[in-house]
Amino acid sequence: MIETPGIAALFVMLAAVAVAVARQRNLFGVVVLTGTYSFLMATALAALDAADVAMTEAAVGAGISTVLFLGALNLVGSLESKPMERPWIPLVLSLFTGMLLVYGTYGLPAFSDPHAPIHTHVVPRYLQEGLAETGVPNIVTAVLASYRGYDTLGETTVVFTAGIGVITLLRRRRKKKEEGGS
Amino acid sequence: MRTDVILRVVAKLLIPFALMFALYVQFHGDFGPGGGFQAGVIVAAAVIFYGVIYGLPAARRAVPDRAVELMVAAGVLLYAGVGVAGILLGGNYLDYFVLASDPVHGQHRGIFWVEAGVAITVSGVMLKVFYLFAGRGRDPEDEA
Repeated sequence: MIETPGIAALFVMLAAVAVAVARQRNLFGVVVLTGTYSFLMATALAALDAADVAMTEAAVGAGISTVLFLGALNLVGSLESKPMERPWIPLVLSLFTGMLLVYGTYGLPAFSDPHAPIHTHVVPRYLQEGLAETGVPNIVTAVLASYRGYDTLGETTVVFTAGIGVITLLRRRRKKKEEGGS
Repeated sequence: MRTDVILRVVAKLLIPFALMFALYVQFHGDFGPGGGFQAGVIVAAAVIFYGVIYGLPAARRAVPDRAVELMVAAGVLLYAGVGVAGILLGGNYLDYFVLASDPVHGQHRGIFWVEAGVAITVSGVMLKVFYLFAGRGRDPEDEA
C-alpha cells in the first residue's frame, strides 16, 4: 500500500479538475480540462494496476474524445452563454445523488479484499485454470475474449451500433450532392 | 496547422511508432496489457493525429471513407463469424476449443480472430465518428 498517498493525491487533483470544469465558462478550457481529467484518471487506473483500462482511458478519454469535442466546438463556438437564472435544483439533485453513491460505497467490500463475493465465485477458477485452458498468460485477455466471449461480442456490437447511429445522424448533409457512396 | 513545420515533422515521425505500438498492443495482448479494443483505438488515434495535422482531406485520402465504413461492419462480422465457425466445426457458438486439433491452440486461434474483429470495428467506428464530426460544416472544400 505504498501507492496509497499517490492515489489519494490523484483523487484530490481529479476533484479539483472537476470543480474547475464546472466553473469554467470558456468551452475550449473545458475541453482541455476534461482531457486533463482523463489523463489523471488513466494515471490512477495505472496506479491501481489496471493497465488495460488505463490504456483505454488515455487513448479514448484524453485523446479521441478531446479531438471530437474540439471538432464540435469548431461548429458551435467556444463560449458558453451565461445562464439566465442560477439553477439550484440540479445542483442539489447532483449533490444528493453523489452523497447517496458515497453512502453506497460503505456497503461495498473493502478494496482488493480477497473474500469479496466477486472473488469467490468464478475468479479462482479463472486464475488457476485460465493459463492451462486458454494458454493465454494475460488473464484479462483470457476472460475478455474467451470466458466472456459473448459479452465482448455484445460490446463490439454496441460499438458498431453507436457508429451506425452517428453515421445516420450526421450524414444526411450528403444528400445534396452525389459523392459516390463516400 | 498545415503550415507548421515542427508539427508536421513531429507527426510524421510519431505516427509510424504509434501504428507499430498498436500492432504490438494487438498481438502482444495475450501476454501483456492490451488487446483489440486498445489497439483499435490507438490506430484510430494515429490516423486522427494525421488528420489534425495534415487536414481532413489528407486523412481521407490515406484511409478512405469507404474502407472505414467497411471496417465498422467487417469487425463485428469477423467476431460473429468465429462463433459460426465454432458451430460448423461441431462445437457451440463461440466455442474455440474446436477451432484446432489441440484445444489450447484452438483457444489461441479463437482469441486471435476475435480480438482482430474488435480492433477492426473499434478503429473503424472511431475514425468514422472523427471524419463525420470534422467534416461537418466544411463539405465544399472537402472534395480533394
